[in-house]
Amino acid sequence: MTPRYDAIVIGGGHNGLINAAYLARAGRKVLVLERRELVGGAAVSEQVFPGFTFSVFSYVVSLLRPEIIRELNLPAHGLHVLPLESTVTPMLNGDYLAGWADHDLSRQELYRHSPQDADAYDEYGRLMHHMAYAVRPILSMLPPDPTSLSPRDLMGMLKFGKHMRSLGDEKFHALHKLMTMSSADFLDEWFEFDTLKATKSASGIIGTFLGPRSPGTAYVLLHHYMGELDGVFRAWGFAKGGTGGVSESIASSARAFGAEIRCNAPVARVITKGGRAVGVALENGDEFHANVIVSGLDPRRSFLQLLDPKELPADFADAIRRYKFRGSSGKVNLALSELPRFTCLEGNAPARAMLRQAAWRGAFSISPSLDYVERAFDDAKYGQFSRQPYMDIIIPSMIDPGMAPPGKHVMSIFVQYAPYNQQGGWTDANREAFGDAVVNTLSQFAPNLKSAILHRQVITPADIERITGLTEGNIFQGELALHQLFFFRPAPAWARYTTPIRGYWQCGSGTHPGGGIMGASGRLAALEILEHG
Amino acid sequence: MNPAVQVRRAAYDAIVIGAGVNSLAAAATLAKAGRTVLVLERRAAVGGAGSALEIEPGFHADAAYDDIGWIPSSLVRDLDLTRHVRIVSSAMPVVAADGNDASLTFTASGPDLDGLRRLSPRDASRWPEFAGRVAAIAGFLRTLYAAPVPDTALDQAGDLRTALRLALKYRGLGRRDMVEVLRVLPMSVAEWLDDWFEHPLLKGALAARGVTHSAFGPRAAGTAFVFLHHQVAARPGAMRSGLRVEGGIGAFAAGLARAAQAAGAEVRTGAEVRRITAARGAVDGVELASGERIAAARVVSGASPRHTFLELCDPARLEPGFVHAVSRIRYRGAFARVHFSLDGLPPLGGDRASGALVAPDMDYLERAADDAKYGRASERPFVRAFVPTVADPSRAPEGKHVLSAHVQYAPYRLREGRWDDAGREALGDRVMDTLERYLPGLKALVRRREVLTPVDLEREFGLPEGHAYHGELALDQAMFMRPVPACSHYRSPVRGLYVCGPGAHPGGGTAGVAGANAARTVLADGAP
Amino acid sequence: MLKQTPFHPRTSLLCQGQNWRRWAGHLAASSYDLVHDREYHAIRNAAALLDVSPLYKYLVTGPDAARLLDRVVTRDIGKLAPGRVVYTTWCDSGGKVIDDGTVARLDDRRFRMTSADPTFRLLHENAHGLRVDIADVSESTAALALQGPNARAVLEEVTGGDLAGLRYFHVTAATARGAGGTRVPLEISRTGYTGDLGYELWLDPKDALALWDALMAAGVAYGLAPTGMMALDIARIEAGLMLADVDYVGALKALIPSQLSSPYELSLDWTVKLDKDHFTGRDALAAERARGPAWRFVGIQVDWNALEALYAAVDLPPRVPTAAWRASVPLYDGELQVGYCTSGCWSPLLKQYIALAHVPSRFAAPGTRLDFEVTVEHRRKRAACHVRKTPFLDPPRKRA
Repeated sequence: MTPRYDAIVIGGGHNGLINAAYLARAGRKVLVLERRELVGGAAVSEQVFPGFTFSVFSYVVSLLRPEIIRELNLPAHGLHVLPLESTVTPMLNGDYLAGWADHDLSRQELYRHSPQDADAYDEYGRLMHHMAYAVRPILSMLPPDPTSLSPRDLMGMLKFGKHMRSLGDEKFHALHKLMTMSSADFLDEWFEFDTLKATKSASGIIGTFLGPRSPGTAYVLLHHYMGELDGVFRAWGFAKGGTGGVSESIASSARAFGAEIRCNAPVARVITKGGRAVGVALENGDEFHANVIVSGLDPRRSFLQLLDPKELPADFADAIRRYKFRGSSGKVNLALSELPRFTCLEGNAPARAMLRQAAWRGAFSISPSLDYVERAFDDAKYGQFSRQPYMDIIIPSMIDPGMAPPGKHVMSIFVQYAPYNQQGGWTDANREAFGDAVVNTLSQFAPNLKSAILHRQVITPADIERITGLTEGNIFQGELALHQLFFFRPAPAWARYTTPIRGYWQCGSGTHPGGGIMGASGRLAALEILEHG
Repeated sequence: MNPAVQVRRAAYDAIVIGAGVNSLAAAATLAKAGRTVLVLERRAAVGGAGSALEIEPGFHADAAYDDIGWIPSSLVRDLDLTRHVRIVSSAMPVVAADGNDASLTFTASGPDLDGLRRLSPRDASRWPEFAGRVAAIAGFLRTLYAAPVPDTALDQAGDLRTALRLALKYRGLGRRDMVEVLRVLPMSVAEWLDDWFEHPLLKGALAARGVTHSAFGPRAAGTAFVFLHHQVAARPGAMRSGLRVEGGIGAFAAGLARAAQAAGAEVRTGAEVRRITAARGAVDGVELASGERIAAARVVSGASPRHTFLELCDPARLEPGFVHAVSRIRYRGAFARVHFSLDGLPPLGGDRASGALVAPDMDYLERAADDAKYGRASERPFVRAFVPTVADPSRAPEGKHVLSAHVQYAPYRLREGRWDDAGREALGDRVMDTLERYLPGLKALVRRREVLTPVDLEREFGLPEGHAYHGELALDQAMFMRPVPACSHYRSPVRGLYVCGPGAHPGGGTAGVAGANAARTVLADGAP
Repeated sequence: MLKQTPFHPRTSLLCQGQNWRRWAGHLAASSYDLVHDREYHAIRNAAALLDVSPLYKYLVTGPDAARLLDRVVTRDIGKLAPGRVVYTTWCDSGGKVIDDGTVARLDDRRFRMTSADPTFRLLHENAHGLRVDIADVSESTAALALQGPNARAVLEEVTGGDLAGLRYFHVTAATARGAGGTRVPLEISRTGYTGDLGYELWLDPKDALALWDALMAAGVAYGLAPTGMMALDIARIEAGLMLADVDYVGALKALIPSQLSSPYELSLDWTVKLDKDHFTGRDALAAERARGPAWRFVGIQVDWNALEALYAAVDLPPRVPTAAWRASVPLYDGELQVGYCTSGCWSPLLKQYIALAHVPSRFAAPGTRLDFEVTVEHRRKRAACHVRKTPFLDPPRKRA
């Protein structure tokens, strides 16, 4: 007789783990089934080369909800987020743009490039604060079904409408602009300095198959401001031990609440009986049974792979088929014999040396101009990885020295664009060509890089899909586009973690609010299951 | 207060600036309601961008656009337009060709389904359902467009009525289309079409509707909305409204002017407004370039919001937030017009065809838009050619023809070069070559050509940055955001000053809707 | 690194405790001595030299310069004669104060505006359609405040001129003899932030050290002391002068409506000229004036006897703060909190415990009795206090 559980969570990514932890915390008997040999999904740290540890995929902690940190007591389970102090963007003319944690220093730096922008930056920051404040309740709101006449949905729509009204005209209009404009156009209304706009807009394109001039990218600009609202800890940070450290702390918390986590346990299908989910079958044939089955996988895997689509209503299956992934990002992880010397920061003056030291502890953004980033996207649009890609780079060993042997370093390079549908497919040759494009581009800004490389790991969207299971390598389990958000995520009328199959729930980033290591989906799903499951 | 105004009673209840289609619709509506109205037009004739252009003696083209767009039946009825204009429905087939063998004909009721079946049986079978969806959503937009957008605060009785009407209309869509409206509007037309169809030619032709008068390519989010906006006028998938004004676009404006005059409005051409005068935050009239001052309690401007508020008004008297918003309206005109006089009927490739479409696939459009992003005219432009003389031979001498090409993308701001004579001719050559590739033999028929670049369109018709709609039509500049939130109900922060041009809700591509809506707002506000 | 002012090579040598604070992205000395007492008394009794270079400064020039400023600020700039300076606020369209500062008319078409916060963009946003040039001269203008009863004498020594004719809130061009005999062109305005006789000197940064050295040398005989922000803070509270970010939140920084203040709510009625041409916030201000402001900004004097009694109850002599404080302290009417103080200090000269406060208008009349929260030996108590007219200290020499 197989043990009987109250709930089975498919997938040990951060949302699955958070979901399991909350269910276990409420006293449920929970089993988490993870296909790989380690938990974390796309938030894992692995020693890929001896002595060098990489956050293989996801590399920064941005929006992990503070209530999750508190309620699951994550710091006691090892979560330690270290601040990233700066962002430096090397410019094509040999200069640079730096953003610092210190407001005065950031203003001084920006003023050097544009006095108007330095003034605008504060006003812009205030607007974004207001916008983040306006959006925050939506993140923790259960999306109503806009077409339903049920009292619960009408109340939900009313609540949603009331919230929108309460913003006042000015903020409501600003929010509308933010939701519909391109980040380039939105930033054009505020700033004149191209490198600033490029660097800001780059945060709006991460994980999307859109360029900075594509409408719908502006609202992601909010992300940087969202975390700051919560104040409790620095929003943008690096987890000690890499992002795997986050996953492990959640797993540890879940176990402490009594959840059971099994690795190397790939789920083949969800077992249904009379239109109701009753258990899961592993690839090796083992079966586990529970009244609540929760999938932390993306919508395509949850519904079209683990289930026979014939069991689903036709319009729902259609909506899931139409749901877009379009992975667009890759990752290059380097083991280095020495630190990269960025030409724009070279110089012998003591102030220069201080600047360089500080910069190494922060991020580097390869986004010298809007055109640069847009051209990178143009390549991808027609099925080609960017020849001159946008990159977001950190040197984790400068923040957590344990990531590399003494004196050596690891470098994490997030790269866009690498389209999932690369022309000619993601062959080994194409993967290496992609890696070369990244290294060559970066060498233009840091000439010693090539000779410093000890090992190189190149990850394409196809690799992301193969290793983590994320469909089409989309790091957010589906594009964060307006028509795939809130009550559309993942499908209209099924945005509240329930599914057309009774007893089958969803909790991945493919559900509202989704995106990044935020964890809100996993938590909200757990609260819904506890209330209605 | 200015003493000159104090002593003289306002001569007119309202002055309407400009004599474009929207201005004339506003004037006619106001005059019909018994107001004394004066229309002031800078040019020698009425019509604005909806005017005719003579390529050479006897050859008449429609200068800036050749489709009248959506004419609401209420407008025709209210203004008694049938007495002044002859509007006939007309099939006017347009042929889309891919430059090789494939072609597809679109009539006023959509693509030729037999032809489509030959290209893709799957697409042909899905067409009716797609057409149904489009019709439902476009119908919803028509309701939305026929009145001022309800204020989010719903504090006016009219707003509440409109909101209720909209809510009912929305519910009436049924569950599936309700979802579809919300889902589709923010999408890119390319993604949406990819959901439905497979044949590049069909998708290219449809996507062209989503990028018309836009600087964006079909992969830009929000172009599905632009597509649906243009379908407000047409039957699903048709490339034109299916309505033709006898005598061309210019005749429509002339007819509207007659309707306005018949209702008592006075129309003065050759009268350029230099300034809108105001005292204590309220308008009191206008001053002409000649120096003449005319008093009126209301001024309704059909000029672009930028020209109206930043040039005709004194921006130093407006709140900086408002000036900021107006000065940041995106225009980004990206189209040009090339008119040809021809010695014979061009080889359009279809029976009774009156137009041709060069938009062979969505990537073609996207690449054309890519050029514009970097401030270049498209290497391979999207062209929609229209031959008005097929349906109306009187527009050219016996046996001769006129071909007008709508060309995208020709960005107003060029990074290199200028829209001078050389730039103009280079564009003309490029369009000629493009058309020759898709309509072989055309070149030999050409007698003369007339190129209107975005800069020409701005100078000639006051189209700001050459944008036909007085402001890019995108979700962030539509409905309650159009032209800016502070005057999305046609009222402006200056008491007594209203906007009525295509820069206001619902935007261009609709014949006089903004004008009529604005006039209704003026009337609702009562006596000054 | 934070920016250093053009006087830093001197001030950094004098600042004994390396006691620095931030001011507009610059290092500014909190006090030069280890305690600030001597510096305070220099302001009131001798002469004090303050480095005020971190102020934001803008030069507005052109035929429409006055029009631009009039569109922005609440005072009537059109009526400002060349050679005169005004203190003014500027507001958002809701009539709430963004910032305050001075506008000096250097000549017919040339103005210098000073502000606490960056104002470059604000001026630009308002310049649409105006023939005007706006230059941010914050970095290219060094500024010193020379304040105190002996300020004129010190300044006359280095300029060699008679400054008695330079009246309160006037400005003039002059030349000083810098150390080493250099000629230092400068502008002298009879302004300051101490409520005392005083001047502010505006000059090219290249002449900064020469002028500093000359002033310090000439000042020996007059008791001139380099003075930091702590002493200044006491002086400005005595003078009833408010400080942006401390006593009020500028409209562009406020996060919620209750943080906003109008000029009327800051008791700056006299800076609002409703009868001039349109300016930002005018309509809202006219409406507010018609209905009367909800709040007022007032002086508070804590009753000494009441304070003494609270301390006597725990067998301690009364204690007063040694430095000015910048915190929110509640004011009560009976059991109800009705207002709050935003800064306060013990006035060494007046021997009074004074504060600046926001109170609802009905409590704003001088003499109104309220209760002031004070913590005595870790316990919250209330001491009686009274609303006072500001300035608390107004020596006739300020204007003479």
